[in-house]
Amino acid sequence: MTAPGQLLIDEAFLDDIRRDMIKFAHLQLRDAAQAEDAVQEALLAAVSNAKAFSGRSAMKTWVFAILKNKIVDLIRRQARTTNLSALSSEEESMEEAYESLFKANDHWSPETRPRDWGNPEEALREKRFWDVFDACLKHLPENTARVFMMREFLEFETNEVCQELSITTSNCNVILHRARNGLRRCLEKNWFSAGEQPC
Amino acid sequence: MLSCKEVTRLLSEGQDRPLGLAEKMQLEMHLAICNGCKNFKSQMSFLREACKRYLADHAGEGK
Repeated sequence: MTAPGQLLIDEAFLDDIRRDMIKFAHLQLRDAAQAEDAVQEALLAAVSNAKAFSGRSAMKTWVFAILKNKIVDLIRRQARTTNLSALSSEEESMEEAYESLFKANDHWSPETRPRDWGNPEEALREKRFWDVFDACLKHLPENTARVFMMREFLEFETNEVCQELSITTSNCNVILHRARNGLRRCLEKNWFSAGEQPC
Repeated sequence: MLSCKEVTRLLSEGQDRPLGLAEKMQLEMHLAICNGCKNFKSQMSFLREACKRYLADHAGEGK
């Protein structure tokens, strides 16, 4: 068992965990200063709440649980001042992109029909895939990304996401659907068909 | 018969709530004859899987 104080004065471990935390917080909050603050607060809370751990990964999981709570607090605070029901111009163009996938009868256009990705799980082992995945997440419009990440990364149930952000369930479903479709399209374009394109 | 657009909506919602029996049957009927939507369905499962892996690798979960 290792005390958290000991692990958190291990420079290499601290650098490592801090870098991952900032990356994670930045992705969710899209604001460098806020991300830094959240990480700082989470680390301080971790140090002051002495607890014994069986190893580094247990420690990391715990510190990230604290960070997730900080991120949720910040999102809650922001949700009170922003109107998530209003579509930004980015979100409107995402909506248009979605509509353009279908023919007038609401079936796929031949050129936009989703392709067979083969064994996509293999991509999960490749570092370059994660760079593309990151870039695709960052490419989502801000509010769309927020709803998607609360659901998938902060692991809220959909009704909790709606409540926290004061949006209706149907609006929430639409946003999640557009987010998933946007990510799917981005991955298809930048990873799963990259080998097929003539260059 | 559901349109592809309606099917993609149900496939996304299926990741957030249990679908009803009627919804599931309509989905299955459509998926049996539509490769585009079948691929869309696998892609949705893959996205969920990728997010889980992302959390495991970046946030120390599930290790």
